[in-house]
Amino acid sequence: MDLKDKLIASFMAFENNVDIDHPVHDVRSEAMKNFETKGFPSKKEEAWKYTSLNKLQKIDFSIFPKEENALEYKDVKKYFLHEIDTYKIVFIDGIYSSFLSETTHDGVDICLMSSALTKPMYKQVIDVYFNKVASKEESLTTLNTAFSREGAYIYIPKNKMPKKPVEIIHFSTGNEASLLVQPRNLIIAEENAELQVIERHQSLTSNEVLTNSVTEIFAAKNAIVDYYKVQNDVSTASLIDNTYIDQKDTSVVKVHTFSFGGKLTRNNLNFYQNGQHIDSTMKGVTILGEKQHVDHHTLVHHIEPNCESHQDYKGIYGENSTGVFNGKIIVDKIAQKTNAFQQNNNILISDKATINTKPQLEIFADDVKCSHGCTIGQLDEDALFYLQSRGIPKKEARALLMYAFANNVLESVRIPELKTRINKLIATKLGVRLGFDL
Amino acid sequence: MAYTEEELKKELETKEYEYGFYTDIESDTLPVGLNEDIVIAISKKKNEPEWMTEWRLESFRYWKEMEEPEWANVTYTKPDFQAISYYSAPNSKPKYESLDEVDPELLDTFKKLGISIDEQKKLAGVAVDIVMDSVSVATTFKKTLAEKGIIFCSISEAIQEHPELVKKYIGSVVPQKDNFYAALNSAVFSDGSFCYIPKGVRCPMELSTYFRINQAGTGQFERTLVIADEGSYVSYLEGCTAPSRDENQLHAAVVELIALDDAEIKYSTVQNWFPGGKDGVGGVFNFVTKRGLCEKNAKISWTQVETGSAVTWKYPSCVLKGDNSIGEFYSIAVTNNYQQADTGTKMVHLGKNTRSTIISKGISAGKSQNSYRGLVQVNSRAENARNFSQCDSLLMGNECGAHTFPYIEAKNKSAQIEHEATTSKIGEDQIFYCNQRGIDTEKAIALIVNGFSKEVLNKLPMEFAVEAQKLLEISLEGSVG
Repeated sequence: MDLKDKLIASFMAFENNVDIDHPVHDVRSEAMKNFETKGFPSKKEEAWKYTSLNKLQKIDFSIFPKEENALEYKDVKKYFLHEIDTYKIVFIDGIYSSFLSETTHDGVDICLMSSALTKPMYKQVIDVYFNKVASKEESLTTLNTAFSREGAYIYIPKNKMPKKPVEIIHFSTGNEASLLVQPRNLIIAEENAELQVIERHQSLTSNEVLTNSVTEIFAAKNAIVDYYKVQNDVSTASLIDNTYIDQKDTSVVKVHTFSFGGKLTRNNLNFYQNGQHIDSTMKGVTILGEKQHVDHHTLVHHIEPNCESHQDYKGIYGENSTGVFNGKIIVDKIAQKTNAFQQNNNILISDKATINTKPQLEIFADDVKCSHGCTIGQLDEDALFYLQSRGIPKKEARALLMYAFANNVLESVRIPELKTRINKLIATKLGVRLGFDL
Repeated sequence: MAYTEEELKKELETKEYEYGFYTDIESDTLPVGLNEDIVIAISKKKNEPEWMTEWRLESFRYWKEMEEPEWANVTYTKPDFQAISYYSAPNSKPKYESLDEVDPELLDTFKKLGISIDEQKKLAGVAVDIVMDSVSVATTFKKTLAEKGIIFCSISEAIQEHPELVKKYIGSVVPQKDNFYAALNSAVFSDGSFCYIPKGVRCPMELSTYFRINQAGTGQFERTLVIADEGSYVSYLEGCTAPSRDENQLHAAVVELIALDDAEIKYSTVQNWFPGGKDGVGGVFNFVTKRGLCEKNAKISWTQVETGSAVTWKYPSCVLKGDNSIGEFYSIAVTNNYQQADTGTKMVHLGKNTRSTIISKGISAGKSQNSYRGLVQVNSRAENARNFSQCDSLLMGNECGAHTFPYIEAKNKSAQIEHEATTSKIGEDQIFYCNQRGIDTEKAIALIVNGFSKEVLNKLPMEFAVEAQKLLEISLEGSVG
């Protein structure tokens, strides 16, 4: 039985475990219908030209984890940003772990999707926001919608800001030979609210795991949302991350994606600017080796006038790795005075590495400033020579230059401890000790 | 001139297609439709050897299996391939040595087009091989070229007289089953130009062909084959205008360039097929496959000015097979009213130290859509490949669109690839500055557009640059205030 059939069959089993009379279930059934018609995307589709899901579909994934699994905090402490205090929403094999988590209802709601979807007190919010910005067409998103039950739910009311950042961590323990998890997150920042989120997926064994995650973020007027995705998983873990962001007037949303690991990672990052004077920023650092594959697929849809968007993705590709960048900017006819910038710089450090990039502009308004730039190159030989002539060994000199190359992206990280952590990850990934303390 | 914006706009919109007229020459036309018999009939009419007929039939069989591509960013009603006549040849066919013998009606047509042959002969030193509906009716300067050993003739003539060259190279760069339109062209191509430059010869003049679509309901399927042997050089010009017609006309040409070791080919096009009326009715469908193959140290340079056609689908490409070979692409694409253009290039780096440059300027006005679609591919053995791409778009008015789809694929760590793209409009302050200095808005726009396109215009041969500048002005003036 192929994965699609298995999923269709599992959906019936899934229906036994959820309240099928709840209005949310209509959304699920609708989404399942779409997935049934479309199936998994193939390489024939333009959006999946460079990323194949064929191999993943051959794996016999378990759709539902059997047992709740416990983990000791000390064993997984290193995956948390333990230097500072954070709210934590932790899932083990897709199941919420209350033991490792720290949620709150104190002024803000930082809790679980499962309760938000079932408890009447959240109904109003769910009615307004759930599945409203996520695509109803894209097959993997609808697959997630069909099975949406668990994930993080964050609601920040008007003028509020949680005391500390929120960490969303998904562990997979390898209890199943291969596991498919489909977390569904809903994040709402009301007017003037502010929020910082760090998301991480971590597999703890070498058993296959595939995560098909959907996150919906709503930023109301003047809201500020910082979202950090840390992707440094083991080489048997694959991630398909679908993030949809709906922004209103003068809101600021920044998404940083740090991709250092995993077998196959696909980031679908979609920004919809439904208001004026909006600022959308997406930045990413990708450092890959082995046979890793990362595909960044971004979309910024400028729907209203006077907005800005900034994209900056840096990639360093070694060994047999493959990198894909596909950035799309759409400027609607009425979205005059739009400023949209897109930058994608890549360094190939191995002859077997591949980079495919496609920075795309679709512009229907005339009074706009849109630009994109894209480079593929090597480290500057002159700069390397300069450093070497000053007594820095070649390896360190290269690392320094690569570090500098990626640094632009790190500058805008607003949690200092996270910045340090990422810096260390970069240094480890480049295989050197930098001569200064990060 | 005290034009207001509105007046300008009106004038532009009502401006008739300047080159729209229809010459009444009796044609020898095959029945409409396409099947194996028609393919054989075309081949027979042209007196082709058996291998050519077979080659056409093979292409036709591929074509039958293929589907019309839909990935381009254009929308149009698909042509009915069974409603087209695939062959038409002017009746008065004999070859002329001097102009006096040419059908006066034909000569008149050329005069309207502004390409009087005698003038060109004298002033520009251009040998003109005019393709009037599929069969070439006038070839000049042939003798001068023959002395150098250069073969410049129609492809049908080449099939008769130089079958070994045609057999060796036809389909070697654009295979029969390359794409839907290339397969169609391979099956039914009516005529086109053939050019062979022998070893070490530098072609003393610009070779040029003017294409015209004439007979109603005749699709044109040109086939061009240019071979530059080792160490040779040729500059080839191609220019197009077509009469206005309400019915959409299909143009599916194939151009193959082969630059052997150390050779250089410069291929320039000014394309001004009928773009359709201001309401988007009619116009030519231009679905062209152009590709060049570079051997060692060879260079191919494509320059194009695209102002016409209702729908354009065209990607002149370079396969940089040999080490140290160079590919260049300079393009200006202008769309107005309801025109749609999806154009760009492919640079495939296979050899070591290969270099490519892409400069693309898109100008959209009216309700048109203008897309740049390009591919830069560096294969794993292409050490030290270098590419620079720049695509700039200029938008005039808020009803048009500019799109960029650059594909960049690198598989070699020594590759250096740069791509930049910008989209902007003509600044009000720029126009104000010109106005202030006594330059009216219309002229100011022409000035700014010319400046915007200068990098590409500079690459055109003299006589084309003038024509191209004029075309830009005609296509655009007054589209924005």
